[in-house]
Amino acid sequence: MEVLTILIPVSLFLGFVGLAAFLWTLRKGMYDDPDGDSQRILNAQYDDAPKPVKRGEG
Amino acid sequence: MNTATYRPSACPACDAAPAAEALAGRAALPNARLLLSVPEVHCAACISTIERDLSRMEGVNSARLNLTLKRLSVDAAAAVGVQDVIARLDRLGYDAHELDAGTLSMTETDKQGRELLMRLGVAGFAMMNIMLLSVAVWSGAEGPTRDMFHLISALIAIPTVAFSGQPFFRAAIKGLRAGRMDMDAPISFAIILTLIISIYETLQSGEHAYFEAVVMLIFFLLAGRYLDFRARAVARSAAQELAALEVPRAIRLVDGVESTVSVAELAVGDMVLVRPGGRVPVDGVVTVGKSEIDRSLLTGETLPAYAAEGCVVSAGEVNLTGPLHVRVMAAGKDSSLHRMADLVANAESARTRYTTLAERAARAYAPTIPLLSIGAFIVWMYISGGDLRLAVNIAAATLIITCPCALGLAVPAVVTAASGKLFRKGLLIKDGTALERLAEVDTVVFDKTGTLTMGTPVPANLDTHGATETCVALALADASSHPLAQALAQALRARGVAPARLDDVQEVPGYGIEGTWQGQRVRLGRAAWVGAPAREMTAAYLSIGTQTGAFTFTDALRPGAEDVVKGLQAQGKAVLLMSGDVPHVVRDMAQRLGIADWHAEALPQDKAARIAALHDAGHKVLMVGDGLNDTVALSAAHVSISPATALDAARAASDMVLLGRDIGPISDAMRIAGQSTRRIRENFVQSGVYNIIFVPIALLGFATPLWAAAVMSISSITVTLNALRLK
Repeated sequence: MEVLTILIPVSLFLGFVGLAAFLWTLRKGMYDDPDGDSQRILNAQYDDAPKPVKRGEG
Repeated sequence: MNTATYRPSACPACDAAPAAEALAGRAALPNARLLLSVPEVHCAACISTIERDLSRMEGVNSARLNLTLKRLSVDAAAAVGVQDVIARLDRLGYDAHELDAGTLSMTETDKQGRELLMRLGVAGFAMMNIMLLSVAVWSGAEGPTRDMFHLISALIAIPTVAFSGQPFFRAAIKGLRAGRMDMDAPISFAIILTLIISIYETLQSGEHAYFEAVVMLIFFLLAGRYLDFRARAVARSAAQELAALEVPRAIRLVDGVESTVSVAELAVGDMVLVRPGGRVPVDGVVTVGKSEIDRSLLTGETLPAYAAEGCVVSAGEVNLTGPLHVRVMAAGKDSSLHRMADLVANAESARTRYTTLAERAARAYAPTIPLLSIGAFIVWMYISGGDLRLAVNIAAATLIITCPCALGLAVPAVVTAASGKLFRKGLLIKDGTALERLAEVDTVVFDKTGTLTMGTPVPANLDTHGATETCVALALADASSHPLAQALAQALRARGVAPARLDDVQEVPGYGIEGTWQGQRVRLGRAAWVGAPAREMTAAYLSIGTQTGAFTFTDALRPGAEDVVKGLQAQGKAVLLMSGDVPHVVRDMAQRLGIADWHAEALPQDKAARIAALHDAGHKVLMVGDGLNDTVALSAAHVSISPATALDAARAASDMVLLGRDIGPISDAMRIAGQSTRRIRENFVQSGVYNIIFVPIALLGFATPLWAAAVMSISSITVTLNALRLK
């Protein structure tokens, strides 16, 4: 049962990591345009190099 | 928007633009953010064409298209006007309208939605973690291990309830202050009481703690709330978009100097300039200029009317060919447009507030939750001879099992599934209760112009003309932006006719186009001006020298119109046709579609009165219309639909908007509405059955936390699956 003292904190930590990742995607507005995102993946424009990051975006 | 400029193909983007360099580090001028509605975007090519083209435009820093909201936001230097962007989009083949960023205030809705989503996320992750620990307890953890697991669960559950439960607590407090008993109060009561009892049990090394059930309850209820919120946010943003579309401005002339003012500032006696293609902003008299006026949106007449000095024009009409100076006779509150708005407001206030199925269910069910658990507590106190802990435990189990998890999802899940289905078919639901109301409809009233027909003229007798005539007509028609001329030019080009070479081509506002062809004067325009005998139908007249001819036009039926009428009649609905157009046109249309009951030359008040009469006779009426003359009828009807090409006011007054040009989705909507109401009822019955089975178990004291969690998740999942069965 001693293994629990490691496993429980680990599971809680992973839970928090998942939650933090979810909140991050939410803050970054990744759920604002689901239809657009599903179409943008078909666009070959930024396939070779990522879009240059500009201020005031994202 | 003028229906004559409606563009059939929405994706000219598919022959996409060449690659472009991104404009990096443009001028350091103060930037403005422009918002535009682009209703026709629908694919990946649309996104890349628009964004690439605009980013190449002078002064534009970035452009981003939101396909979900069909909305374009442009970050540009202050020098870039909305008109420039609209013109650019028009060249790409997209209709666009300016949106007032202030009226929209999308951020507020966004913030609320994100907040709800965040609470949902927190509840979800907490639920998963507690569930992991609970599985250990259910599978037989004993003694100190169980107590430790309960304690950790409590440490996760308490902050989660404090954070994620807030929407329910706030709504409950608001409801109780107002003296209402809705679902929020019993839910909050159950959440808090169960949490307290569970904490107490944990500290006493008790066997049962309901942490996972409490958090699960919050999670499922929040999921229902979020779906509900999303449906309403879509509706609200559609409504805001419509309001933001109307930027009422007029060009005032003072001593020959033009200045743009808001319509509200105009006074009687002012002089207003109305450019070709512009909407007349006021009621007035034409003092200078000749033109033709399109009244179709106001009255339903298809034939443009002639306007010259001394003619009276009304607000809302569209000026077609020449600039007009109009002296204001009535502006603002007294204008015919505003009187119409008043009629709409009256009709809306007369429409009784609709009580939804969910509200009725909640009203019936809400009091039983606290009553049952209090009853359980009292009875068990009596039976056990005052064992407080046992009685409280049973009361808690009863509370958590009666709590309406499935009930909270029953309606939003169905409405979300149904509106998603309809949106893909091209129908936007603006009002959440519209589906339920649509399911009750037994009578359908159609407007003609622009609703059953496209509202755009199509040449009908091209074959009766010789090659010379068509060549000359095309050359003349090309020179005008009049809808008839454009329709003619388009149809002739489609047949491969080449334009004749003309000299001295000029447009005579209000009359037509004239020019010289091989030394002869040629004219295309009104009958009297051309010197041709006038016909009874819409026509453009051509003269070559002394020889005359006529190109007649019909209004093309909207695709799917015949099927919709047949489909509705097959479903046993009464179908009526009401139009402001002249009787013979309406009669022809009614015969063509097989509608026996038709009314012509109906004024806006007549339409509304007819609908009120039907309503008094006990019928539930669906009104489908697009014009300003339909707005009163649209808001008086039980439920209403308008096409996207409709006037802003008409779309604002209706519950659903047809996004495509096909009218077919209306019969789908009727079918889906009927189905979804059935699904909602089934969901209520399902959650009722769960309660009938498990409440006695809880009351008898056999319920364990495992039971509560199982009942809650199974009932929520079956309700959601039932919603997804919609076809």
